[in-house]
Amino acid sequence: MNKKENSSNGLSRRQFLGTSAAAGMTIAPGISLMSVAEAKPLDTAVSSDQRWGMLIDTNKCAKGCTSCVDACNTENGLNTGDEQLSRQGQKAQWIRKVDLRDKTTGHEVSLPLMCQHCENPPCVDVCPTGASFKREDGVVLVDKHTCIGCRYCMMACPYKARSFIHEELLNQVEDVPRGKGTVESCTLCVHRIDEDTNKQRDPACAEACNTAGHKAMIFGDLKDANSELSKQLKKHSSKAIRADLKLNPGVRYRGI
Amino acid sequence: MKKINYLEIEGRSNGFLALLGVLGAITLAGIGAFFYMEHSGHHVTGMDNQIVWGMPHVFAVFLIVAASGALNVASIGTVFGKAIYKPLGRISTLMAIALLAGGLMVLVLDLGRPDRLVIAMTYYNFKSIFAWNIILYNGFFAVTIVYIWMMMEKKMVGYYRPAGIVAFIWRLILTTGTGSIFGFIVARSAYDAAIMAPMFIIMSFSFGLAIFLLVLMLGYQWTERPLGDAIIKRLKNLLGVFAAAVLYFVLAYHLTNLYGTEHHDVEKFILAGDSIHTTLFWVMQVIVGGLVPIGIIYSKLSNSRSWLGLATVLIILGGLAQMYVIIIGGQAYPLEIFPGMEVVNSAFGDANSYHTYTPSTPEIVLGVSGIAVAMLIITLGVKVLKFMPESLADKDIDPHNKG
Repeated sequence: MNKKENSSNGLSRRQFLGTSAAAGMTIAPGISLMSVAEAKPLDTAVSSDQRWGMLIDTNKCAKGCTSCVDACNTENGLNTGDEQLSRQGQKAQWIRKVDLRDKTTGHEVSLPLMCQHCENPPCVDVCPTGASFKREDGVVLVDKHTCIGCRYCMMACPYKARSFIHEELLNQVEDVPRGKGTVESCTLCVHRIDEDTNKQRDPACAEACNTAGHKAMIFGDLKDANSELSKQLKKHSSKAIRADLKLNPGVRYRGI
Repeated sequence: MKKINYLEIEGRSNGFLALLGVLGAITLAGIGAFFYMEHSGHHVTGMDNQIVWGMPHVFAVFLIVAASGALNVASIGTVFGKAIYKPLGRISTLMAIALLAGGLMVLVLDLGRPDRLVIAMTYYNFKSIFAWNIILYNGFFAVTIVYIWMMMEKKMVGYYRPAGIVAFIWRLILTTGTGSIFGFIVARSAYDAAIMAPMFIIMSFSFGLAIFLLVLMLGYQWTERPLGDAIIKRLKNLLGVFAAAVLYFVLAYHLTNLYGTEHHDVEKFILAGDSIHTTLFWVMQVIVGGLVPIGIIYSKLSNSRSWLGLATVLIILGGLAQMYVIIIGGQAYPLEIFPGMEVVNSAFGDANSYHTYTPSTPEIVLGVSGIAVAMLIITLGVKVLKFMPESLADKDIDPHNKG
């Protein structure tokens, strides 16, 4: 697709969406505008015309700040006092902060790590029942109805992004069903991005990072050349974690 | 060589009933452990989000690997035409079925949702080696049951060899599948190696034959049936070769890893670390489970059935230790998510030099119950059907016997 076609395409959609784009703008100024503009109505199936992704700028990510983690936990009902029987290593964690030091230079960075929503996800490859799956728009999810709890996906994920539910859960968040004996991980807040266009919001982690003023997480459509995400990715050098595995993750990092 | 007469065991003695009682009690304890873990959730186990496969997998994979190895004795008779092995075909195949059943029971009962077994049987992702294994395990039962039928039914004698060849090929594919569960995991430093598949095959030869020989000697001793030295000597020498071959594959695996700088850290963790895996590797796997039994087998000590029995027990224990080091050790070494970087801090255990695992009692009980179930199937099998030759004395089975 050439640039001209692409931009005219985006323009017509923006015209069509009208007021809803403005609604998106008030939530996350300048960032979610394009993703909202490219969004689909709730009743249409997801398509491969989009690929949701994220750019995380570690230069802006503050050491010690856990806004993204806290927001994720609240949004998805994790660590809300429900997993009381599980030990620390058994509790679910969809996004975590990791502080790193370069072994040679001593340079330190802090970054959030979650499911990288790979184009070629090893978790999907190894899942015997197909419960681990990738949507057309690139979001990697677990079907809670067909997950048998074999945990092979957890063995295969290079990012240790998945958690197993070690006990009965009560008081779950309505949009985020979870279940004992199954595996789960970051959903990119599908319940937010699948909403009707005028209600669509960024994933909770990215929204919280913006609210906290760091603006280290940019969410958007990797296939839309006009999205803020694509523009930033084109402008700056970024890296995929474990790029050597050639999984082509949807989440990219700056400054590592 | 005389015609082989197969006969059920009498199975009325106090010893037999005591054996059934003990095996039944362990099986019941295993089922109890399963219900406890299933009801509570896996938080009552030593497993967590770092060590996701624990003690049940150690036993389950060991039994599944040993199952295909136990079938080798039958294959040597059928596929490779060695006459002296033929009388052992039935008991070898029964043992293979029993060990696989025990292993699979443990594997299934450790699932997060064992109630969804029907989903595992009806939803297949054909890119998953796990899904292929489900087909291979079910197929193994079918193939070996047909094989036994061909052995036992005189009218089917013409199909006996083809059935044996199919079973032999099937078992090689099955163990390739089991090894590839680990071999295909690209993310973990201890796995991601093509050698896993052939190494698991040679492990199956060794562990399966060790169990076969031990059960054979105990079975013939307890039923007071004759078991000649000719067959024991052959099986013993074969076991020695297999046990040495396992060590060779382990050596090749570690030497390859030691050559490339990329794998130095994980090798240091296993071979020279301060965790239990280093002790298990050197003491249990290499020395107690490898060098010592090989020494016994190739010395005069092995002329004594007790010493030979000890050697088989040591190989079995070494095999369990090897499984522990592969499965738990491979997970205990942290994922190298950021090569060249050191994790200073993380809320999810990334900063640990290695992950620890303390198996809980229910996990161990469930694992051991897999062995009990296998032995229970064998014990009941030889009572109800004609699996065991009445005599394995040299004069009855050895074609070269002059006496």
